Amino acid sequence: MSITIDDITSTNLVALDLEVADQWAAIDALADLLDKDGRLSDRDAYAEAVYAREKETGGTAMEMGIAIPHAKSAGVSQAGVAFGRTNSPLDYGDEKADLIFLIAAPEGEHNLHVTVLQQLARRLVHESFRTSLREASTPEVVVELMREQIST
Amino acid sequence: MKFVGVTACPTGIAHSAMAAEALETAAKEKGHDIGIEIHGASGAEFVDRQTIREADAIIIAADATVAERNRFEGKPIVEVRLREAIDKPGEVIGRAERAAERGVSEASAGAVAEKEGAEAEAGDGEEAVPTNMGGAGWGAEVRRWLMTGVSYMIPFVVAGGILIALAFALGGAVEVTEIDVYENFTIPAMLYSIGSTAFGMLVPILAGFITYAMADRPGIAPGVVGGLIANEIGAGFLGGIAAGLLAGAVVMWLKKIKLPGGFGRIMPILIYPLIGCLVVGALMIVVLGQPIATVTTGLENWLASLQGANAVVLGLILGSMMAFDMGGPVNKAAYAFAIAGLAGGAFAPMAAVMAAGMTPPLALALATAIRRNLFTPAEQRAGQANWVMGASFITEGAIPFAAADPIRVIPSMMVGSAIAATLSLLFGCTLRAPHGGIFVIGLVGNWPLYLLAIAIGTVVSAVLVVGVKEFTGGADTEKATSAAA
Repeated sequence: MSITIDDITSTNLVALDLEVADQWAAIDALADLLDKDGRLSDRDAYAEAVYAREKETGGTAMEMGIAIPHAKSAGVSQAGVAFGRTNSPLDYGDEKADLIFLIAAPEGEHNLHVTVLQQLARRLVHESFRTSLREASTPEVVVELMREQIST
Repeated sequence: MKFVGVTACPTGIAHSAMAAEALETAAKEKGHDIGIEIHGASGAEFVDRQTIREADAIIIAADATVAERNRFEGKPIVEVRLREAIDKPGEVIGRAERAAERGVSEASAGAVAEKEGAEAEAGDGEEAVPTNMGGAGWGAEVRRWLMTGVSYMIPFVVAGGILIALAFALGGAVEVTEIDVYENFTIPAMLYSIGSTAFGMLVPILAGFITYAMADRPGIAPGVVGGLIANEIGAGFLGGIAAGLLAGAVVMWLKKIKLPGGFGRIMPILIYPLIGCLVVGALMIVVLGQPIATVTTGLENWLASLQGANAVVLGLILGSMMAFDMGGPVNKAAYAFAIAGLAGGAFAPMAAVMAAGMTPPLALALATAIRRNLFTPAEQRAGQANWVMGASFITEGAIPFAAADPIRVIPSMMVGSAIAATLSLLFGCTLRAPHGGIFVIGLVGNWPLYLLAIAIGTVVSAVLVVGVKEFTGGADTEKATSAAA
């Protein structure tokens, strides 16, 4: 059984038109989505781990307007990624980001889910992928875009 | 060009993968080949050694310490933070191109300095050869080559030295050197035989792997053969260094000749070793062989003419000679002088010469103990073995340090040895045995002052070598230089 995009995300985990004040609020909002989707056993522990990762090494935002807050935590029961898009770029560390991917990975051995997450992360490096994410009209389109990018 | 990229992130999920992707894309756009290694929390899949050897430069994009950095010894390394690789991969590739062309490494300000990794991985017998030696140019390049040779030589020194010391302890220094273990088996004789066989490989291995650093695998044969001949002509480790560099130059030059098709394939197997060995061997024998012999005899004669000289002058001369080339012609001449003295009933020079010969290894043992991080992990281990070797009058223990950094180490050792020898003569110490170090202390006349002389020489040399390494930037540590670009 190979892992597909549907194992790590779904339309439930996509929030277009995210309205938040700052990066921390964005992380919170997306963590809630992961929680509601049943992927977190301890939402607060996970969130703490994400904040910690943000604060070290200058945060997770990149020049190209994306941010990838992430953490490996015992508070994660199932690996997944939540995607949030804001209408105007958010202050994120010393960058601005309008595409935010919150990644959750369980502690312990590197597993197939994490591999898929890595693949997704790699695709983000490409301009074309980012542009199509910005132009996507519905959560279904977003998930479809991600599915296209992850070839097993 | 060919690059190897290493990305490392503490969590190992996103950034390292993204940096990998960015570097791959940028490299391919510029027509380069790149092999990527992604380090994550659960370890990493390393690229194979052949890929590393063929790489023109290594790119390390890391926010975390990178395991097994010693695999990249001798290669130009560009170090950046992960963010740089993700945001500006084209620039990073550009810097790698430049580093490869200039043959030196550079790091961004703030890139993670690697100290722990190098020491932690010392267990597999390899060590990190510092590549961030601050600056372009021949000096740093040659230092790197010497360090590579030394790092392969050190296990021979350590094993051989300890075995010989054990043989001395168990069987008596003079006795074991005279027994032929194949006719007259005793354990000490066997230990001595094994140890001195290992020692016989010091110079060939040093030479061979200096050449390896310069010219890769095809260089090993010419280098080793050059080193063996250096032994034959009595040129010592300095001769070995010369042989290694010479062989390296020859093979590097040969590699530039591109022959078509089938010829091109036989070059490494047939031409490089054949021409390499021939040229190096011939030069060593013809050009160096006779002069070395002449120098040795000349030195011996000159020393003999100093018979009646003042103790201080004689001590300074003998001491410095003992420490100059440890096993080479100058050292041998001083030792021969002392042995001749023994035969003629003069016991003072022998004591002085042995004191001078014990001092360098003891001094280096002390130096690595008081300032560990001026020395590479392999040197530190060799330093520990040097206590035993120094005590046993096995001067060769100092060779790795001298070969790696001759300009700083050799003069420092010469001063301490000169002092030890002079003090020994001034204190009126005498010795009736040709070898043995601490094991023949009972045969030393005025042994308390003798030990004092050695101790003083040891401390002086140790302080000098540490001082010179510390203050003239010769430190063999892994340090990221500040942004060169």
